[in-house]
Amino acid sequence: MLFFAKANKSIELIDQFLNGVDQSLLLFKEGVKNYLYSNTENFNANLQSLAASELESDKLRRKIENTLFSQSLMPELRGDFMRLLEELDNIIDQAKKNLFQFDVEMPHIPAELIPDFIRLTQISVSAAESVIPAAKCYFTEPVNVNEKIHRVYFYEKEADLLADIIRRKIFREMPDLKLSEKFHLRYFTLHIEMISDTAEKVADLLSIMAIKRVV
Amino acid sequence: MLILLFISSGLFLGWSLGANDAANIFGTAVGSRMIKFSKAALIAGIFVILGAFLQGSGTTNTLSQLGSVDAVGGAFTVALCSALVVALMTRFKLPVSTGQAIVGAIMGWCYFTANPVDYTVLTMIVGSWISGPILGALFSALLYILLRNYIRKSHIHLLKLDSLIRYGLIVVGAFGAYSLGANNIANVMGVFVNNVSFSVNIGTLEIESVSVLFLLGGVSIAIGIVTYSKKVMETIGTGILAMTPESAIVVVLAQALVLFIFSSTSLSNLVQSIGLPAIPLVPVSSTQVVVGSVIGIGMVKGVQEIKFKMIRNIVAGWVVTPILSGVSTFFALFFVQSVFGITVTNSIIKDEAAELSSARESIINIPVEMVNNLIVILLFVLLIVTVFLFFRYQKNRLKLKENEKRWTEMVNYTDVRKSLNDIEVSTIQMENDTLVTRLEERKRDLITYSLSIGEQRQLLSSICTNLYSAITESDLKQKNELLQTEIRRIKQKMSFTNEVERIYSEAEQVYSDFANRVHQKFPNLTVQDRRLMVLLRIGFSSKEIAPILNISVKSVEISRYRLRKKLNLSQDDNLVDFVKSM
Repeated sequence: MLFFAKANKSIELIDQFLNGVDQSLLLFKEGVKNYLYSNTENFNANLQSLAASELESDKLRRKIENTLFSQSLMPELRGDFMRLLEELDNIIDQAKKNLFQFDVEMPHIPAELIPDFIRLTQISVSAAESVIPAAKCYFTEPVNVNEKIHRVYFYEKEADLLADIIRRKIFREMPDLKLSEKFHLRYFTLHIEMISDTAEKVADLLSIMAIKRVV
Repeated sequence: MLILLFISSGLFLGWSLGANDAANIFGTAVGSRMIKFSKAALIAGIFVILGAFLQGSGTTNTLSQLGSVDAVGGAFTVALCSALVVALMTRFKLPVSTGQAIVGAIMGWCYFTANPVDYTVLTMIVGSWISGPILGALFSALLYILLRNYIRKSHIHLLKLDSLIRYGLIVVGAFGAYSLGANNIANVMGVFVNNVSFSVNIGTLEIESVSVLFLLGGVSIAIGIVTYSKKVMETIGTGILAMTPESAIVVVLAQALVLFIFSSTSLSNLVQSIGLPAIPLVPVSSTQVVVGSVIGIGMVKGVQEIKFKMIRNIVAGWVVTPILSGVSTFFALFFVQSVFGITVTNSIIKDEAAELSSARESIINIPVEMVNNLIVILLFVLLIVTVFLFFRYQKNRLKLKENEKRWTEMVNYTDVRKSLNDIEVSTIQMENDTLVTRLEERKRDLITYSLSIGEQRQLLSSICTNLYSAITESDLKQKNELLQTEIRRIKQKMSFTNEVERIYSEAEQVYSDFANRVHQKFPNLTVQDRRLMVLLRIGFSSKEIAPILNISVKSVEISRYRLRKKLNLSQDDNLVDFVKSM
């Protein structure tokens, strides 16, 4: 419909961006798994794909911002929406940075911690993944955004708990590890946990935006 | 040209109406940059002129019934005073109505010229001032509920909704402009209609003076919109129309409907034809209807959103505007008539002294009674409003204070949390740094010990080899020489020079700057004395010091005695305590 031509174009771009976030999270999850199980080739492939995805998302974000400004779309909500895009982009940036840190620093992760790290990655990524349906919901059914974001908060809390357990295990139950190794592992726990923290920030923002938007 | 000069006050009133009231129609759309000002001004200008030209007669007739201003000088003064009151009220940011100003001015004219006032019409007009905002509230509440249900059920995408509202605001804005022109043209040109009579011929088409006046009035409103409303529209974002686009479209539509209802002759006739009472065709304040509409939406959203300040301003407008306008017109007419000698009414000139006296009688008798009653009512209303406002003010003040307190507490709490976090971070950082340093030291120790073990093993193995050679040596002299050499080597090693040096350097690190302080306080001490002091500072006894210094215990005692002398200590002073206190 010609009436909605501009709107449809922007909707398409926003959907592409959100799909990009989803894809980046999947790549991150796979990348961590491949690193932990020493599948170096697959890990490198994940790393490259994630870098490309991040670049693409940046481009899309800028394109959406330009469209919104040049066509004066949603003048009342534009500021909030820009922030939402930035925060979502931060999730991708965080995922890419984390995977690169695995590549550069090559932390030694003891075999008994591998399942815990995989669980932490999954929970943290789940928190971020739950943000995407909530963001999509904001555009069509703002009333239901709160229902969607409670999953984000739940996963974030779980990720926090698990990260604490891992850190406790590292420092109290692993005397054979060097202190430097313990530090290193602690930082990597923190990096993975950060994905869910960023997702929580997006959820907070969405919650406020939904209140503003509810008619 | 003289006509133009006289109607200039009306045109000025039209200009100020356009400048102020166009913001009620396109304010949100332009202020939030949904529509460009040029587009909004063009649409509003065209539709205001159309509304004034096609549908302006109904409200004009009502104003004529209230008090027929019968001299062009009087009409000029009435319009001018109204315009000035509107300008003044706008200056004080009150939701002023040109309609209320013109009604007050006409009343002022009536009292001045002793012309009768139709109180039935006045009651009808005042009733419409109250019913206008109420009707606006009802319409907006109803429209808002409908729009909200549509948005919730349709699950329309935000961007599509944005496009719909954008186009909706243009259509509704055009309707609003049409209604504004139709309803408010009476305020601008109503008083001139009975005083100006001419016709304009364009080819075969003959246009009557009323239509020309409406056209001119419409154009003046349009000029007001084009020339001055931009500023008002751009600042409206922080005013009463600072609302979501969804609310804005509802408010503009509700306002347009109310203005249309109060100005449409056809609608009034239609209502009458089905046996209902006729709709009063009265100029209504668009600003006050907008405020009513905003309150209507507030009622749907929740009572908390109702701004009682708005209601206060509306009531203040109802009372202050007509009084101010009436009083200023009364005095202005006196001034115009006495100073400039301009006729402000034809009825007094036509009548002779008898008529004048009867007119005076009517001025004195009938209106004074009415005025007195009106003043009492107004004072009563003012009293109620003042009491109400006082309580509102008190309540708001307390609420504001409480909010401020809560906010300060929150800020303080956040600050404390932040500093706590900072402390925690810096503590962890420090802890990390210490741990890293300790780790480094341990590593260094380990390396040193490993090297030392290797070195000593080598030495002992070499001594063993030499001792074996000495045992197997048959020549006694050679044998003694070999044994002497080994004894020397062992004695040399027994001095532990490196290890002792390390004790001193580490003691210097632990008891920072101890050697320097000793040297500064007692520069005459020998190196041996200073070393003895370091060992005493560590807490070694004479028995422990002797092997370190490679001397006998007796020699250590003598050295301690000499040191006491050099430090000028009395017999009661404890050497170790003195050293530790340094």
